[in-house]
Amino acid sequence: MSWFNVLEVAVSILLIVFAISAVVSKKLLTSIVMLSAVGMAAAVAFALLSAPDVAVTEAVIGSGLITFLFVASIRRAGKAGDVL
Amino acid sequence: MKKIFAGLAAVAFGVLLILGISASTDIFRYEDALTEGGAAARYIAKDVNGSNGEIVFGETNDAETGSANMVTSVIANYRSFDTLGEVTVLFLASLGVSLLAGTMVKNGKRKKSGFVLKTSARFLFPVMLLTGIYIFTHGHLTPGGGFPGGSMIASSFLLLYLADEGFSTRISSFKIAEGIAGLLYTAIGATGLLVGGYFLMNFLPTGTVGSLLSGGIIPIVYVLIGLKVGSEITGIVSSMYNGEVKV
Repeated sequence: MSWFNVLEVAVSILLIVFAISAVVSKKLLTSIVMLSAVGMAAAVAFALLSAPDVAVTEAVIGSGLITFLFVASIRRAGKAGDVL
Repeated sequence: MKKIFAGLAAVAFGVLLILGISASTDIFRYEDALTEGGAAARYIAKDVNGSNGEIVFGETNDAETGSANMVTSVIANYRSFDTLGEVTVLFLASLGVSLLAGTMVKNGKRKKSGFVLKTSARFLFPVMLLTGIYIFTHGHLTPGGGFPGGSMIASSFLLLYLADEGFSTRISSFKIAEGIAGLLYTAIGATGLLVGGYFLMNFLPTGTVGSLLSGGIIPIVYVLIGLKVGSEITGIVSSMYNGEVKV
């Protein structure tokens, strides 16, 4: 197993760990940050699988703008009920 | 019990993912795609309208599409009409957010942010903006293109919104930029229809593969897409943040 494969397996394991912690965490804000981390790890995975175009898009949208969208919606919903 | 099942499902999916990623380098190879002779091979070799011979980076003149990045040659040339549809979808989404956010209550007082945060955000803002512009102007040479570049521009504005409580942009100028970019995109398509007989035809000379001014209409279209996507997503961010649209 070369170092490249080791990197791929490490990124895959990180993806799963982040995804599980996004699902099971008690606070919604932690879930959102973990989702953003999933996006970042997915971007690395795409770059390793030689899809740099998708990796750039995933890094910008998956871990940047999606996070903002969720945080903004939670802030708005948090005024009605105490979710955060 | 539910958590145990969820964990088992996640572990199973993870094993599949790891096996898939480690095996994928053996399953798919570039050479196989080339020798199969399907549509993908023709897109990669740039001979959809007949054989062109070998494409050499930095030497070949007037190749079909003329874009060094083959993903861009599909997105902005062979399947440019699809991209026009995608841009329209994004425009409709942005319109919906503006309409919905117009009825929302304006946010209350925001927390004052510190000096260090404000200054560093202002320091980082031009770097992010320039990276976004670089990504969409070099979309036909390097990875990326109009959509990631435009999103990066929007996220640089998002950074200022998050870091500076007094910051607000003039939304109307973004709306004007968005409209003009969309209009020019369809105008270029219509020019292709007039000149060559089909919509969004690449009617300009394509130049040398790998130089900045190559690819015919591809760089122009990608700059327009980048401006359009950037102003649309900045509009979404701003109307989600302020809760009110100032036109």
